[in-house]
Amino acid sequence: MEKDTKHGLNRRKFIISSVQAVGLSMIGGLVWGAYVSEDKSSPIVLRPPGALKEEDFVKKCIKCGLCVEACKHRPNNPNPGTATLALGTPGGHKPKKSTPHIYPDKVPIGTPYFVPREVPCYMCQNIPCTVACPTGALEPNKVTSIKNGRKVLDINKAKMGLAVIDMESCIAFWGIQCDACYRACPVIDKALTIEYMKNERTGKHAYLVPVVHSKHCTGCGMCEYACVTEKPSIFVLPIHLAKGKAGSHYVKGWEKKVDVKLKPQTFHKTKKSEKSPEEYLNTEDLFNE
Amino acid sequence: MNSNKILKFLYKHRFLLSRRIVQLSILFLYFAGNAYGWTILKGNLSASLFMETIPFADPYAVLQMFAAGALVSIDVLLGAFLILFFYAVIGGRAFCSWVCPINMVTDLANWIRKKLKLDKDEWQLRFSRKTRYWILGLSLILSFLLAVPAFEFISPISMLHRGVVFGMGLGWAAVLGVFLFELFVTKNGWCGHLCPLGAFYSLATSKSAIRVYHYQPNCTLCMNCKNICPEKQVLPIIGKENGFVISGECINCGRCIEVCNDDALQFAFRYLPPKGKEKMPAEAELN
Ligand code: SF4
Ligand code: SF4
Ligand code: SF4
Ligand code: SF4
Repeated sequence: MEKDTKHGLNRRKFIISSVQAVGLSMIGGLVWGAYVSEDKSSPIVLRPPGALKEEDFVKKCIKCGLCVEACKHRPNNPNPGTATLALGTPGGHKPKKSTPHIYPDKVPIGTPYFVPREVPCYMCQNIPCTVACPTGALEPNKVTSIKNGRKVLDINKAKMGLAVIDMESCIAFWGIQCDACYRACPVIDKALTIEYMKNERTGKHAYLVPVVHSKHCTGCGMCEYACVTEKPSIFVLPIHLAKGKAGSHYVKGWEKKVDVKLKPQTFHKTKKSEKSPEEYLNTEDLFNE
Repeated sequence: MNSNKILKFLYKHRFLLSRRIVQLSILFLYFAGNAYGWTILKGNLSASLFMETIPFADPYAVLQMFAAGALVSIDVLLGAFLILFFYAVIGGRAFCSWVCPINMVTDLANWIRKKLKLDKDEWQLRFSRKTRYWILGLSLILSFLLAVPAFEFISPISMLHRGVVFGMGLGWAAVLGVFLFELFVTKNGWCGHLCPLGAFYSLATSKSAIRVYHYQPNCTLCMNCKNICPEKQVLPIIGKENGFVISGECINCGRCIEVCNDDALQFAFRYLPPKGKEKMPAEAELN
């Protein structure tokens, strides 16, 4: 009898502690999970060349920093000892107060990013960062093109972000001559062009304004780095933040190669009347039909 | 006389000193990889490149990546396999005592704990050492649910190691948290109760070759070994029988061996008991 109660007590204890363990795991899991899902999403972070889509990137990046080291120790580094890339730390990116610019206030921990106003990407021909990545979070195939039937690394294929211009603070739009960004752009005349516009205020001058073309812009941020205004008037945003979308029902009919996919039209064919037109006109009461 | 004392001190701390040298050298080689471009070890403990050719990777991080549904590259798979192979076949849980930078933090906390006489029961929040296995399981479930390696986002080990190599940010707060927890809340609270990486290695390396061997006849039951061991539960054989410490939770730090004044403990290869110490003397006489 005594043994039985002891046994029962033990079992009770076991059940209670199991339930407690499960409960604690769930509480812990919720807090932990909430923290991770908060940390892994950082909308304005810019990734190195060749990075996968953000959600795949945070899954695959093992946070080793080999890309950062490759960037820092690349032979053509204009400022040896510094790197474009850095790994996200707890507490996020700390910018200097004296130089206002756009920066990610939080970066998923341990993952590589860059802030162009501080150090832009110099678009190395041999893309050391992408090549160094052991996991495929940076994928060389995304920055490759075919030349003479062979695959070659092509940094111009990079899509780290897209430069956006604030026409109100860019002094070129005021009529002051400035083409700092244009000259800094490694894909000059393709990603960034200078366009003429009539200056209606003076009536006799031209505006020479920078215009970004998303097809060629790699998001390197050389323009943002070079911009002369206090807070850059041209700045790189992740593409999904920088771009709008017109939707498929707006079509540029004047562009030659647009593939207009209209719905196949259906025509109703009415049978031709067997009567002659005169007969038809004479017999029908057209007005009182 | 004096040099004798020094020699004795070195001998009594031979594993402790070797461990510190190994831990700090590894840490420094990684640091130099980033700071000066040295090529011996590049990257960090999550994944690295040794001598520009051999990849290493943290097998537990790779396991989480699997759970998260990431297709892992061959390089990283090979790296994780090499590391896992080394610990599973040879080193046991030696990562924890010979490589992990948090070990220095928790050892320091425990040392202060002793000095400040916080080693009493009222300074000990008791909870199960099995908690770490729950956390290990939970990390894999969360990795699956959130589609990212979940422990890698909160690991104080990576925060410290990555911090030293690439910049700390507020990562020191997590490390301080571990330190204070070890100091005031639970002795060996992090490494011996919570850490899922330690739990992973405990499970994965329990069959490894290098093990602590106990020769019972020499044992005087002073219990120095059990007092110093950060995973006491692995030493049930002390004073009872000859044998290897077979639990995967032993971190192969060798502290028990150092504190034993009676030559009753030593490192040996599993299944190869040291010569002359295979049997109890009584049995030997019988044969
Ligand atoms: S391409 Fe840009 S990010 Fe990559 S190594 Fe060169 S400068 Fe650094
Ligand atoms: S090299 Fe690849 S895996 Fe390593 S930190 Fe950079 S992106 Fe992540
Ligand atoms: S427009 Fe700016 S971001 Fe785009 S390629 Fe040129 S310099 Fe780089
Ligand atoms: S450098 Fe700045 S201010 Fe000058 S044209 Fe470019 S965006 Fe405008």
